[in-house]
This record gives sequence, C-alpha cells and structure tokens, in this order.
Amino acid sequence: MNIHEFQAKHLFASFQIPVSKGQVAYSVAEAEKVANTLGGDGWVVKAQVHSGGRGEAGGVKVVKNKAELDSVVNALLGQTLVTRQTGESGLPVRSVLIEEVCAIDREIYLSVLIDRENEGLVIIVSPEGGMDIESETGRAKLMQLPIDVVAGLRSHHLRALAKHLQLKKSQIKEFATLMTNILRLFQEKDLSLLEINPLVLTEEQHFLALDAKVVVDDNALYRQPDIVAFRDDSQEDQREAVAKECGLNYIALDGEIGCMVNGAGLAMATMDLIQLYGGRPANFLDVGGTATVERVSKAFNLILSDTKVKAILVNIFGGIVRCDVIAEGIVQAISEVDVKVPVIVRLEGTNAEQGKNILQHASVDVIAADTLAGAAEQSVKIAQEGK
Amino acid sequence: MSILINVETRVICQGFTGKQGSFHSEQAIAYGTQFVGGVTPGKGGQTHLERPVFDSVLEAVTETDANASMIYVPAPFAADAVIEAAEAGIEVIVCITEGIPVSEMIRVKAALRGKECVLIGPNCPGIITPEECKIGIMPGNIHQKGGVGIVSRSGTLTYEAVHQTTMHGLGQSTCVGIGGDPIQGLDFVDCLERFEADSQTQGIIMVGEIGGNAEERAAEFIQQGGVTKPVVAYIAGLTAPKGKRMGHAGAIISGGQGTAENKIAVLESAGVTVARSPADMGLRLKEILG
Repeated sequence: MNIHEFQAKHLFASFQIPVSKGQVAYSVAEAEKVANTLGGDGWVVKAQVHSGGRGEAGGVKVVKNKAELDSVVNALLGQTLVTRQTGESGLPVRSVLIEEVCAIDREIYLSVLIDRENEGLVIIVSPEGGMDIESETGRAKLMQLPIDVVAGLRSHHLRALAKHLQLKKSQIKEFATLMTNILRLFQEKDLSLLEINPLVLTEEQHFLALDAKVVVDDNALYRQPDIVAFRDDSQEDQREAVAKECGLNYIALDGEIGCMVNGAGLAMATMDLIQLYGGRPANFLDVGGTATVERVSKAFNLILSDTKVKAILVNIFGGIVRCDVIAEGIVQAISEVDVKVPVIVRLEGTNAEQGKNILQHASVDVIAADTLAGAAEQSVKIAQEGK
Repeated sequence: MSILINVETRVICQGFTGKQGSFHSEQAIAYGTQFVGGVTPGKGGQTHLERPVFDSVLEAVTETDANASMIYVPAPFAADAVIEAAEAGIEVIVCITEGIPVSEMIRVKAALRGKECVLIGPNCPGIITPEECKIGIMPGNIHQKGGVGIVSRSGTLTYEAVHQTTMHGLGQSTCVGIGGDPIQGLDFVDCLERFEADSQTQGIIMVGEIGGNAEERAAEFIQQGGVTKPVVAYIAGLTAPKGKRMGHAGAIISGGQGTAENKIAVLESAGVTVARSPADMGLRLKEILG
C-alpha cells in the first residue's frame, strides 16, 4: 500500500527521523495558514500524489511570497498531475504539502528494501542524491548493503555506509542514530520500501529527510490500523478499487478481450495466450477459488465497465470448485447482468463435461470452448469481427 | 521413487478442525494419504475425522510419529505454525496460507536455518505424489502416476501442466507448488536438484512467472550442469504491466527486474525448452521424451 509524502513524514517524525518542517493543506486558505505558521518569506509547495517524478512534472514549486503561494496552490489543487510514472491518465491532486525552504549543503540518496534474494533487508545509499539517481552515472554511485535480520544493523555496517557517503567524522554519530531509527520504522511498520531522496545535510550539518516515500506490505495491513487510516483511494485506478471491495483481484489493461480466470498464474497465462493469438487482454482478473453467481456477476460488471471490451474469455480450471456449478453461475450471471458482448467459456477439471453441457444448452448466448488454446483463438477472432 | 513425500509419509494438519483444514484433510484421506491426526490448540483430546486432535505439534508428533504437516492456519498465525512445526521435528512443512506478512516470512526462514526440515510455500497449493500422498488443495483426480516432475509458483496453472501431462500419457512423479510469495521455502533449484536425483522422474516442467529471480537462479543451476534431464518451462506474465502486483505477492516487476522476457532468455540460454503457450507445456515435453 502506498502512502503520501506528508503521511510518510508523519511516520518519520514519530520515529525521530528528522524531516523538513511543514504541513499538508487541502485548500488555498489552509495553505496560507500553514505558511503563516511556518513564517519566513519563501516556501516549497509539493503536490501530494502517489507517484515519483513530481518535480519534473511541475508538481513541486518554490514560492517567494503569498501571492505566488496562492497561485501555485490554486493551480495544483483539483488538477491531474501526469508524471513519468503515472501514465497518461495521471493522478488527482487533492492536497499539497507546504514546507519551509531549507539551506542545503549536500544531497544524499538512501533507501531500504526487502531483499528477496538474501531473505533480509537491503540498504541502498549514494553520496549524490537527487534526480539523477536513475541515470547510468547515478546508478554507478549506488552501494547496496544487505542486512541480515538476526545480525541486525551493526557498527561495521554503519562504518561502511558512512565511508561510501563520504561523511565527516563529526556526522557519524547522528547518522548512526538516523539509520537505527529508519530500520526500526521499517520493521515495526512492516514496510516493503522506504526511500529518502534526497536525504540532505543542512548547512548546519544536520541530517534531514527532504522527501519521503514509503510503501507498506499489503499482507501486514491487518496489524497496522494507523497505516490503513492513511489509505487514499483517489490515487487508485477506480475500477481496481471497486474490485478490491468485492474481493476480486482486477487490473485494467488496454486491450479488447476481457478475461475472467481462477488463479493469478493462470490469469496471467490467459492474458499471454490472447496476445499470442494476436489479440490484446483488456484486464487481469483473478476471480479466486469461490466462483459464486454473485462473484461472477460482479466480475462481469467490472469487465464490462471498460467500454473497449469486445469479447470476454472465461477460463476456469475447477479443482474443489465444480465446473457444473460454475457453468450455472456463469449462465445466471450473464442473464442478470445482461452481457451484450460474446462470452467464450473454457472449463476444465472437476465435472468439466457436465459444465460444458450446461453451457451448450443454456438459454443465453455463450460459446463453450473445448480447449484452452481454442478458447483464446476464438476470443481473438470474435473480438476482431466485432470491431 | 518421487521426491519429498510418498506412500509412507505420515501427515497431520495444523488448523485441523477449521473449515479449510477439515475439508482438505477429508480430501487427503479420501485420496489415500496416510493421515494420522491434527492440531487445533485447545481441542486436544477430541477426535475429528476419526483421528486424534492435539493441542500442539510436538504432542502430535510424539503420539503419531507424524513427519509432515499441512498448515491451514489464518495469515496472522501461520508463521508461528510453521516455526512450531519445525521445532517439533516435522520434516516436510506445507504452508497453504496466503497473506503472511513478508517480515514474518523473513523471520521464519531465519528460524528454519540449520534445521532438518523443508518448507513448501506459503501461498501455495501444496505437494502431491500421485497415487501415494496428497498434501494440499489440488484436485487429486487429474493426476496420474508417471515420470514428469512438476514445480510451479502457481496453483491453477500447475493443474494445466498436470492435465496436459496426464492427457499425453506421461503422468507425474511429484508435483510441487512452491507458491507465489516473494519469500518462500523450497524454490525451483531445490526441486530441480531433487528431481534430478529421483529415478522415477524422466523429465521436468517448471512453471514460473514475473517477479524475483528464482527462474534466473534455476537457469544458472541448469547451466552449471545441475540438471541433465529434459526441462520444459513456461513463464507467465509477458503481458503483465510493470510495477503492478499480479495477484501473487511475489509477481511484480520492480525496477525493471523480474520480467518474463529476461527469465525466458536465460532459461533458453541454459538449454531449457520454453513453451510459448501455456497450452503446450505437456506437448513440448512429450516431443522430447517421445
């Protein structure tokens, strides 16, 4: 689960990780209030969206006075910000973070990730933070340090990090405290990613997180209620958010053949097979292990909310779930939802023959495919004819 | 021969009296698995499905000599169940549960280091040696005793591979669902190694997907001569968009790493036949085995 920069900074602050001073605002009036509280004669305005690359997209601006503040905040709030990460649809800007301007000496890059390969954590640092981190030269300056969860963060790790970051001796103690707090946050809040770019050294030679990106492990949300409270559905694809509510796993894509499959691996394979035959999948949808009429109906509705869909391929491998039960569910769902595009169904597994029979004799128009390949090929042909 | 489990394996269920545990224990028994009892803390002393219920895995092992366990315990308690099984001396731990926090799995793997047990999963359909032992949610009736070793990160996509190899008359020696999570027990290499050493296995089907580098490590293992038997692979997710979690927690292309294209390329370099269609896994292997 993603959270906003201002929320990540809240978390940082609660773990004694220094952040730039500021506050979120949802209106121009609120922004002015924040600016007043911060004082000074210049502020940074940052659009709060679940995406990186905001600066390049015009979502981060330094303002010199109240007039500029009003104008920038007004321009950002309620708009859609398109960054190199959001895709053309962009993300809605519902809030902005108003911060004081910092006097910066150096910019460093720091992130902590789950290390799948070593089954632990990995700390990644670079002595040159900022936008260039993704360039080839930027990447060359990165250092990756695996941390074993049993051994934990040790002095020799800190020495290695400090050396790579070219820190002065006088900065090491503060750095050690910072790293300890970062790892404590990472583990206590079940993070899967924490990124500070840039982590700055102020002119007073103190560390400060100028930006904060945090991703929380979805599987741990049951035990992180305060993180769940940070959820912002406006930043999600709306259909995906609706699907989640129904207990369906749905991801919108660009094609014209809707898919409904039981099992994530089989769902991906079905999408790939459609492409192999020259078609394009309209979505990923894992309908899971319980294909009831209700679920299947919700799935059809979801797929059909995408007007590009010209045909729907249903691919079910019944294990515990019986194919005859699924077939009945599909037939009923098709009539209830009034599905107007051709539906091609491939059933395999428990009671597959009975299932196919039910489809063939159904009063609704549904094409019972014999094989997986045949079903995909047929769907593609039918979708092309429908154009 | 088969790998990991066979007709002599003595299986218990953790989460025995729960809905999922009950149902799948019943299925295992019906399949002919040597199912000796189960664990539900607080219900020790009861009988369920004509077998004893225990309060702890240690008590179950002491009384029944069980050496394998299937775990149908909800995500918040599953990591604890795995560690309990390992500490009680269970040799094959099969964790079906989906949704265990990654940090818990990291701790589980650390706890299992140095122990004589094998973990399969989590977030997996389980493991089956056809006509001998079924530990998991897979439909037993599509399987057939034979010579193909199947190892897969998927659930229903695995059943496609099983179905195809059964239809082609090849049958299966053992099918291992290693699961869809980023941090897991046995991986591809662990299973390939065992299939290579197993006299019943004549060919192997590997079902992978986007995310992580398990397939790349398998390719390296094969490249270095770890597997001489024919291997057919299928990798799902060529059409998956970057950055999106495709169902399985571990199925995500992040930072450009873990793409299907790359996995296919390294596997082919290692001499693996990569099926381009999920409908052709069995056929590709049949062509090689004859």
